[in-house]
Amino acid sequence: MSGHFSAENIGHGTPGHAPRPASDNQPQHFAFDTESETEIEAILAKYPEGRQASGVIPLLYVAQAQMGRATGSAWVPRVAMDVIARRLGMPPIRVYEVATFYLMFNTKPVGRYHLQVCTTTPCWLRGSDDIVTACKRATGVKAFEETSADGLFTMTEVECLGACANAPILQVNDDFYEDLDAERTVALIEALKRGEKPQRGPTIDRFNSAPAGGRTTLLDEIGTRHADGQPGTAPDTV
Amino acid sequence: MLSDKDRIFTNIYGQNDWRLAGARARGDWDGTAAILAKGRDGIINEMKASNLRGRGGAGFPTGLKWSFMPKNSDGRPAYLVINGDESEPGTCKDREILRHEPHKLIESALIASFAMGAHTAYIYIRGEFYNEARHLQIAIDEAYAASLIGRNASGSGWDFDFHIHRGAGAYICGEETALLESLEGKKGMPRMKPPFPAAMGLYGCPTTVNNVESIAVASTILRRGGAWFSALGRPNNAGTKLMAISGHVNRPCVVEEELGVPMREIIEKHAGGVRGGWDNLLAVIPGGCSVPVLPAATCATVLMDYDSLRAERSGLGTAGMIVMDKSTDIIRAIARFSRFFKHESCGQCTPCREGTGWMMRVMYRMVEGRAEMEEIDMLEQVTRQVEGHTICALGDAAAWPIQGLIRHFRPTMEERIRAYKAAHGTVGLAPTPSNLPIPVAAE
Ligand SMILES: Cc1cc2nc3c(=O)[nH]c(=O)nc-3n(C[C@H](O)[C@H](O)[C@H](O)COP(=O)(O)O)c2cc1C
Ligand code: SF4
Ligand code: FES
Repeated sequence: MSGHFSAENIGHGTPGHAPRPASDNQPQHFAFDTESETEIEAILAKYPEGRQASGVIPLLYVAQAQMGRATGSAWVPRVAMDVIARRLGMPPIRVYEVATFYLMFNTKPVGRYHLQVCTTTPCWLRGSDDIVTACKRATGVKAFEETSADGLFTMTEVECLGACANAPILQVNDDFYEDLDAERTVALIEALKRGEKPQRGPTIDRFNSAPAGGRTTLLDEIGTRHADGQPGTAPDTV
Repeated sequence: MLSDKDRIFTNIYGQNDWRLAGARARGDWDGTAAILAKGRDGIINEMKASNLRGRGGAGFPTGLKWSFMPKNSDGRPAYLVINGDESEPGTCKDREILRHEPHKLIESALIASFAMGAHTAYIYIRGEFYNEARHLQIAIDEAYAASLIGRNASGSGWDFDFHIHRGAGAYICGEETALLESLEGKKGMPRMKPPFPAAMGLYGCPTTVNNVESIAVASTILRRGGAWFSALGRPNNAGTKLMAISGHVNRPCVVEEELGVPMREIIEKHAGGVRGGWDNLLAVIPGGCSVPVLPAATCATVLMDYDSLRAERSGLGTAGMIVMDKSTDIIRAIARFSRFFKHESCGQCTPCREGTGWMMRVMYRMVEGRAEMEEIDMLEQVTRQVEGHTICALGDAAAWPIQGLIRHFRPTMEERIRAYKAAHGTVGLAPTPSNLPIPVAAE
């Protein structure tokens, strides 16, 4: 399992939700594009009159995704927060606070592929240390929060992703890759480098969160087996 | 053990179509208007009769919670808010409902909202569940298009809107009042209670917050009857429960089981047993990382339900079992949870903000054995000073795993300290903190 432990690698010296520093490299201009505007319209319709502040997290997501589309780096620059503040009629400081409290908002540029390695105990018990090592080996990144020299990969340590029965997990952008080991992690990263998008979900012969080798329940249900005798349908593809 | 005919989540693995056509074939959305025709009291009485207890961790009776909502509106709208934050390490069950049983959740949300006089429900889904939220959104769109929800939902005469709100990476937003703050567009900082959400919740309006699983079982309970549900399990521990088994088992999985089944049977039947055999078991954390760990001897006989685990000074929590075999450094396994809580504290109360950091640092010294024997007791005392002295239960959650470790694995901790001393003498020993009551400003 793991090597020696020193006080230095206990982790973050600050509380996880303390404000994080913003990038020094801030663009001067940001405006929502038409794709974003369509999303924003649907978002703001969800909340009652006068409660548009509820839209702050959703709009930060929209801004982050637009940056990803436009620049290949999904992050939220300061000007985008200002645009959101104006749109929602909030003081900019409230938007900055939210953007820095929630860890999924990148306040600095990230690589095209954001490798988010879960290292919480259930993943650790099943080898997350090996996943971290494999990510470093395959990307050249030396530590968490670093971006690879080619700008493709940023590696971040994350807490439990809520998928522990498929541990260990590596989240790449929005997708979970599950039941990993070092070898399959390297293969995944190599595929990403080639511009491929491997199927998310379990990386072993296993159907979602059912036990490997086949279900122990829901066996006598009609219509759950395919003609080939395999339980289940294709993995999630939507 | 539960037979398939009594399983609620018959598509939990996504082995069949999770969309509307598949859901209908499994019986969802069948005669929904007739269920609503039972009326608010009829539905709540059935939920009370089912003896369902909340599946989000605390186990509060669901029917009773629904009955706290005001019967007559004072002009303010009422809200149902569904908690899909699912961030407690070891817990991965709501994910399966969101992606594979979304229609069961939407139909149940309609029933629950109607029973509480709410025309709107929000579901707060942790941000990382991007694909899960996408499945649910597709199902919501299908339900609107088929007039199952929206104006005159399912032909019931009740208008009902259902919206997804995604979180963005903060465990604390699973705490119900932090969740409401977050949904209102603020940092996820828990509120003081009272007022409770039923009096003043979302946007200052009467609100009920329930876990995804607590809500999703409602449609089946209403169809099959409260008596059916309450006959499963044991008295005061009724029904079926989604359980997760992670860690050192041969085949980790999520499974729906009856409450009150022996833990050992669940691990052996569904998860292929402990890696290396049952005798290789060291310990199990039975219900997500905040409940205290149980040693192998207890795991051999304990039943998986609220009262049985409580009697062993642990808890059912979310029924996410974390299994550890004898190769595990148990001190380190728990220390990692201390780091988790330190990382996730929102920082607004001193005992939690300072205490979680202090406990984490001492725990990591305990991993090395770089400590004095007396510090074990000191650590235990600090957990008591955090527990019950904070705005929300994150403080308790941070204290309990350490208390469980000391209760059951003190000899391991002592052995580690002796080994360190033998190897290093007293060199490198950290000075003992002298300020006992909570180490304020220990940062
Ligand atoms: C720190 C903390 C995190 C929590 N996280 C969750 C969660 O992710 N999901 C959940 O349903 N309840 C969570 N809870 C419990 C909720 O506050 C609340 O009790 C629950 O959603 C009520 O639902 P129930 O009555 O249906 O169980 C958490 C509580 C605390 C203190
Ligand atoms: S107990 Fe911790 S997480 Fe909860 S309100 Fe206080 S500081 Fe925040
Ligand atoms: S600990 Fe990694 S997903 Fe839960």
